Amino acid sequence: MYRLMALVAFAAISFLSPALVSAQDATPSPEAQFTEECSACHLAYPAFFLPKESWSAIMNTLPDHFGEDASLDDGALKAIEGYLVKHAARSNRRAFRKYDLETAPPLRITELGWFTHEHDHEVSRSAKKRAGSMSNCAACHRGAERGYFDDD
Amino acid sequence: MKPTLKPTLLFNLLIAGAFIVPMASQAQDTSPAALIETFSLEAGRAGDATAGQAFFLATHSGGKPDTPSCTTCHTMDPTKNGQARTGKVIEPMASSVNPARFTDSGKITKWFRRNCNSVLGRECTPGEKADVLAWLSSL
Repeated sequence: MYRLMALVAFAAISFLSPALVSAQDATPSPEAQFTEECSACHLAYPAFFLPKESWSAIMNTLPDHFGEDASLDDGALKAIEGYLVKHAARSNRRAFRKYDLETAPPLRITELGWFTHEHDHEVSRSAKKRAGSMSNCAACHRGAERGYFDDD
Repeated sequence: MKPTLKPTLLFNLLIAGAFIVPMASQAQDTSPAALIETFSLEAGRAGDATAGQAFFLATHSGGKPDTPSCTTCHTMDPTKNGQARTGKVIEPMASSVNPARFTDSGKITKWFRRNCNSVLGRECTPGEKADVLAWLSSL
């Protein structure tokens, strides 16, 4: 009889515990949301490539994100913007000096001076074709998903 | 003689199942059939795979210029990989070759909202959703 009661109790806990776990884990961390949502369409570009002004501008125009609707619900939007702003590049870096960050921050990593300098003469036409787009870092940079780009 | 309840193998499996099934199903809260039924009920008619195929393959207007059709990224053959404009591979849309498709209601809502707006410049109707899902789950 005790054995049966123990089994019933165990069964009840088994039924309930996943509900408790999922209630606790209902909202993944901002970093997990950033990786999940941004990498659905492209590499989740490291936040240190752009200043916080750029990330806020990007996150506030997601319904027209480089020609596509990438809208998010408000919860994910705020969490991911917070993550990006927190880990953004310092706004006073040389790479951003030519921009008025308050009114017209850079929106594309590919337009930054160092990026064009590194890629313009180095990337062959066939490599570009294979990658499909300059957004596709991982086509050439094997460590891109870990934030490592110095492998060329 | 009073019958005793013995914990049989089946009983143990049931308990184990109670543990495992809810954990495994967190991202899998729906199915193609359930979604088609929901959208069909909203539309007041059944999903039509032929209409869904025509809708998916058509070139639309009213959306964003870079994405005039579902096929812009998903290609004409949903059993094959597609490619986003970023160069990233998109797994096949046909649930026969990609069983993970249409099992997460959050993703269904998000991607219909985004992609219908990108391609058509508006939300898709429940009938259009039922049709497309009927086709993609029939391949």
